[in-house]
Amino acid sequence: MPDGHPGALLALRGISKSFLGVGVLHEVDLDVAAGEVHAVVGENGAGKSTLMKIVSGGYAPDAGTITLAGQPQVFGSPRDAQRAGVGIIHQEFNLLPERTVAENVYLGHEPVRRGLVDRRQMLASTRRLLDSIGETALPADAPVGRLSVAQQQVVEIVKTLALDARLIIMDEPTAALADHEVALLYRLVRRLQEQGIGILYVSHRLTEVFDLSSRITVLKDGRRVTTVPTADTTADELVRHMVGRELSHYYPPRATPQDIGEVRLTVRAGANRKLRDIDLTLRAGEVLGVGGLQGSGRSALARALFGVAPFTAGEVVVDGTPTRLRSPRTAMRAGVAYVSEDRKGEGIVARQSVLDNALLASRAVFALRSGRTARTVRVRELLAAVEVRSAGDQQEIRYLSGGNQQKVVLARWLAVNPRILLFDEPTRGIDVGAKSAIHDLVRRLARDGAAVLMISSDLPELLGMSDRMIVMRDGRIAGELPAGATEEDVVALAVGTVRETAA
Amino acid sequence: MSALPLSPARRPVPGVFVALGLTLAIGWLVVAIDGGQLFNQSTTVSLLHVAAGLGFVAVGQTLVILGGSLDLSVAYVVSLSTLVAAETMNGSNAALLPAIGLTLLVSAGIGLFNGLLVTTGQINPFIATLGVGLLLKGYLDSRYDGPAGSTAPALVQTLGYQRVGPVPLSFLLLLAVAGACWFLLSRTRFGHHLIAVGGDPEVARLSGVRNDRVRVTAHVLCSLCAGLAGIYLASRLGSGAPRVGTEGLYDLESIAAVVIGGTALAGGRGGVVGTVGGVLLLAGIDAIFNQLAVDAFAKQVVRGVIIIAAVAVYARRALRKADR
Repeated sequence: MPDGHPGALLALRGISKSFLGVGVLHEVDLDVAAGEVHAVVGENGAGKSTLMKIVSGGYAPDAGTITLAGQPQVFGSPRDAQRAGVGIIHQEFNLLPERTVAENVYLGHEPVRRGLVDRRQMLASTRRLLDSIGETALPADAPVGRLSVAQQQVVEIVKTLALDARLIIMDEPTAALADHEVALLYRLVRRLQEQGIGILYVSHRLTEVFDLSSRITVLKDGRRVTTVPTADTTADELVRHMVGRELSHYYPPRATPQDIGEVRLTVRAGANRKLRDIDLTLRAGEVLGVGGLQGSGRSALARALFGVAPFTAGEVVVDGTPTRLRSPRTAMRAGVAYVSEDRKGEGIVARQSVLDNALLASRAVFALRSGRTARTVRVRELLAAVEVRSAGDQQEIRYLSGGNQQKVVLARWLAVNPRILLFDEPTRGIDVGAKSAIHDLVRRLARDGAAVLMISSDLPELLGMSDRMIVMRDGRIAGELPAGATEEDVVALAVGTVRETAA
Repeated sequence: MSALPLSPARRPVPGVFVALGLTLAIGWLVVAIDGGQLFNQSTTVSLLHVAAGLGFVAVGQTLVILGGSLDLSVAYVVSLSTLVAAETMNGSNAALLPAIGLTLLVSAGIGLFNGLLVTTGQINPFIATLGVGLLLKGYLDSRYDGPAGSTAPALVQTLGYQRVGPVPLSFLLLLAVAGACWFLLSRTRFGHHLIAVGGDPEVARLSGVRNDRVRVTAHVLCSLCAGLAGIYLASRLGSGAPRVGTEGLYDLESIAAVVIGGTALAGGRGGVVGTVGGVLLLAGIDAIFNQLAVDAFAKQVVRGVIIIAAVAVYARRALRKADR
């Protein structure tokens, strides 16, 4: 297929991209015909977003060519791509809530008459574009902030149409939509198709991919695995293409049955704005892995348990005592620690020293028991124990590598003797060596009697570390898997190709 | 998509005018009980004069704040402008127009400098404009001990004291300037882009707006307005006054007026109409307390309360919106 389609609207050939020497995309080819919906699927980190950013001018490729309607293109900026006719609709909308629909649609290229913005024409043109995709009920002069999420998405689409987009990239367009709104998006995609617009549809949700697309390209580890006509494939086949690689990394041995102790934490029917029907137990000595796609509620679960965005319904029992985890402070007092996935934003105080970062939790929440010096000495020992490499503990933490920063964060929590540890993507953006050091630490903590919950998008890591796994989907626990489950099992639960399994 | 009922966009009249009405009504009542009269000719005239001076500065400040920036140098620009105007005129009507031209040029230059520091220099606007303000303060303090120069009589007689009924010419000029800025914001590309830059610079950039150019222009316009305030004050005082800007607290009061008028301090929402309301409210409080002749401390307390209440009300509204 990569050679075919001389009349393709978009043709990508040999697109490669690396960041800091790490290859993210390797010689990816892709064609989109006019009026075609071409789906791109792959795991987290497969390179989908990077590829979309290259097509929309956000990144320049290291190698390869982009051809749009027969014309070779070099996009220096998103603006260049827009001019050439590529529109992108991001997961997060790029709209000004205080401004009207028309003002948003024509931002940056307002129609002008005699030097002044021609508001009447702006409204009329927006109206025409809205009508052309069947959105006759949406007022062009309403402030965007008052529209529903689905309506805001329509505004984003109209914004690309106002720039004469011939190719529209939709990046997880249904992620923000409620179920009944998805059908409306389908209708919209069909309308755009009828107008001859090509659509690159990036989605985790295979149901949508099968409903909408005519061809599917699977990316894995930055390479194009295959491109297949949608009619000729099945969900199972796609999942097989998306995963399936050898386990090369060494993981510390799992817990033996005698390692696993009493129940540390129980959640019954936990729910909040992002979560529903959460039933969960964490046991001393056990690592519970949490799988699922981004936005499936994995992080929301950890944040609920740490009291950042608490459960608003249900019951939580910690060490036999019913407990309300209503703030990080109460969670910490109950013995819970949380290593955030956003290390830069929530994990470290970039401009403070290694030592101050390591002391943060003990200083903030726990009374001094044995004197300031004793506490510092203890934290120094912990920093040494987790093998932080720095130019001394007075060095500002921002100069450390990601792996060493994460070790400092771990030391911070070890200093308060937590009995329940929540890890959200503990090894994201960390080099291989530091990764296994952190895996060893996590395992050691469990063996010392802590209950560990570990979220990971890295499937080999999830499978290699977990004694038991739950997989989240749409804010619920889609199923539970024992140690020794396969990547296919996890992905199938995460994307919803199989019925939910009873625990 | 869904059939959510939506009324067409109304940009509601800022709540500041409700507050203004209430304040003036209560003030009128209190002053009447005290045996005075709030709205006689002389008090109305002085209220509008106070409003004009602050108004020029605040309208300019609205533009930079809408664009997500801030200008703390305006008070010094006001002082400097009175001096440039009065010294260039030196009491002669002939030098009137060149003096006004030079004053506006100098203030525009300062605005340009502010704008470049904030955009190309990428210096936080708070720090950049504070620094420029202190620079100007240094110049003024070392060069001047007291009033200098002399304003052209023609300017004093017109902009300074001319009235149409109880309404000073200067206040009409303020309304004209505010009207021009309103027009600028709602009817020109620059205005649309400015509000977009203040609302979300990334959205603006991705939509092809040249953020830096827009911000620099806003800073130039803001300084021009401060320069205009300086010319007006020179016409009132008859000479240049090196400390009139800081003594009048034009920097903080202008920001207060903008915020009371409903413009978000972070930018992207608001407008000059509200600012004019905010200016009138602050001037009204001044007039009421002058009439009552109570101590200045009570006045400051009331202003403080009003500013905090205004911000609290707007913040709560924003929260309610975000919740939906």
